[in-house]
Amino acid sequence: MRNSDSKLGLRLWQLGVLAGLFVAWHVLTVPGILPPFYFGDPNKAAFFFGEPLKVLGRIWNWFAGGDIYRHLWVTLMETMLAFFTGTVLGLLVGIWLALAPTAAAILDPYIKALNAMPRVILAPIFMVWFGLGMLSKVALGVTLVFFIVFFNVFQGVREVSPVVLANARMLGASKRQLLRHVYLPSAMSWVFASLHNSVGLAFVGAVVGEYLGSSEGVGYLILQAEGVFDINTVFAGIMVLTAFALALDWVVTLVEKRLMVWQPRSGETERI
Amino acid sequence: MSAALELARITCTFISRHDRSQRYTAVEETSLAVAPGEFVSVVGPTGCGKSTLLNLAAGLLAPSSGSVRVFGEPLRGINGRAGYLFQSEALMPWRNALQNVIAGLEFRGLDPAAAKAQGEDWLRRVGLGGFGDRYPHQLSGGMRKRVALAQTLILNPQILLMDEPFSALDVQTRQLMENELLELWSADRKSVLFITHDLEEAIALSDRVMVLSAGPASHPIGEYRIDLPRPRDVSEIRLSPRFVEIHAEIWHAMKHEVLKGYAQQRQ
Ligand SMILES: Nc1ncnc2c1ncn2[C@@H]1O[C@H](COP(=O)(O)OP(=O)(O)O)[C@@H](O)[C@H]1O
Ligand SMILES: [Mg+2]
Repeated sequence: MRNSDSKLGLRLWQLGVLAGLFVAWHVLTVPGILPPFYFGDPNKAAFFFGEPLKVLGRIWNWFAGGDIYRHLWVTLMETMLAFFTGTVLGLLVGIWLALAPTAAAILDPYIKALNAMPRVILAPIFMVWFGLGMLSKVALGVTLVFFIVFFNVFQGVREVSPVVLANARMLGASKRQLLRHVYLPSAMSWVFASLHNSVGLAFVGAVVGEYLGSSEGVGYLILQAEGVFDINTVFAGIMVLTAFALALDWVVTLVEKRLMVWQPRSGETERI
Repeated sequence: MSAALELARITCTFISRHDRSQRYTAVEETSLAVAPGEFVSVVGPTGCGKSTLLNLAAGLLAPSSGSVRVFGEPLRGINGRAGYLFQSEALMPWRNALQNVIAGLEFRGLDPAAAKAQGEDWLRRVGLGGFGDRYPHQLSGGMRKRVALAQTLILNPQILLMDEPFSALDVQTRQLMENELLELWSADRKSVLFITHDLEEAIALSDRVMVLSAGPASHPIGEYRIDLPRPRDVSEIRLSPRFVEIHAEIWHAMKHEVLKGYAQQRQ
């Protein structure tokens, strides 16, 4: 009882903070409510920071008018494709290199260099290679996701308990079966540990890619609005993206809970 | 008839991975045989090379010199006739109890439905009837050991290698499991090589006890036939006069080595 009460209280406070932020934003930006104290011109605050009512109106128009769905869909597809491709590649290469120490030793400096490089700067190259369509955004997302998954899998495979491994061998597992039943599940647990990060980065790849040059997607909407100094639309795009990222993160949490039942979690007792 | 398991004049030297001149000889010139159906225990101070011996017998480790024979044939690679109960946690944490128990059957390509039926039967036999869907982290230490035991025995190995299997359990659970082990063993008399640092456990369970010296270059310093009658109850047999007598005899021979091992560990 008390537990759910405090949870409700928490939610109310969280909503309160949100409402407070909006009110502050409103009061500080809408011309004529407060006397101008920083900008000389009363319209300037609204020019730089937008007006919350107009921003919300913009979002409402997008969803009610149906304009946004196509763009959201494109961004979502780019994110998903980048996430899955990056994860699969990261898994394969991670397992391969973890089990082939010589290859890993040879490639080590290159992997370090690729990882250290700020990979977002690859975006212009991908534009040249793959054009302004979805593919260049997916490619950018893949480079971001790949390394996260790769390093986790590499680590995961190397840290497979030697006793679990020896036990599986004693139970008669062949090399293939060890891969399938020991290395892969162990690596997967590390992939899931990095799931939030990699989904987030796939999203970053998609949006940044769109922002740098595209003809559709939420990043494109923001880019368009920015071009005509429509700050309200820029903020609307940012808010939609944020809500979207939160929803994606929530889906990841659900998937994680389902797939990782075997992992110990603290506090699994039930209070009566 | 040839021994089920025979280690002949085994020497095992480890070379440090970082510095190849750093060597450590764990066991030296050690011979040991287990007859079919015999229960042999090896006792020795911690770090003397008991697990190393077992890994050699399992084929997980190759000796520096000497030979390992299984039913008369030289061992190459993994010992397919042996089941191994490890000292530390060896269950696959991503498989539940039932899936762990039937892992070996799955590796052999047995039909899943048949494997499942067998697995459930074995879970019942080790007293975990309703626990098949629990994951290792949801089981107690003793339950995990039972799952590991079922996982090994379901494959019906001719040789059972056990590395201090009960050392992490509390005394009561441990005695229960020792009795269960004896009962399971008496049903089909596998050859058992049982490692322990607990002399009482070794005497209570075994037909023969071998004592290893403290490392480095550990080697057998005594072998004792245990002529206690079977079937045994491990908690009762500890009180019998003959048990006390055997214990005193072996302990007298071991004490020196244990103290030596202890002194080395403190350095
Ligand atoms: N892979 C290894 N590399 C180097 N030294 C090892 C290795 N395995 C065991 N040893 C050493 O061999 C000795 C015996 O180990 P072990 O057989 O595990 O002892 P016990 O099981 O009797 O406690 C220990 O001193 C240990 O440090
Ligand atoms: Mg040991």
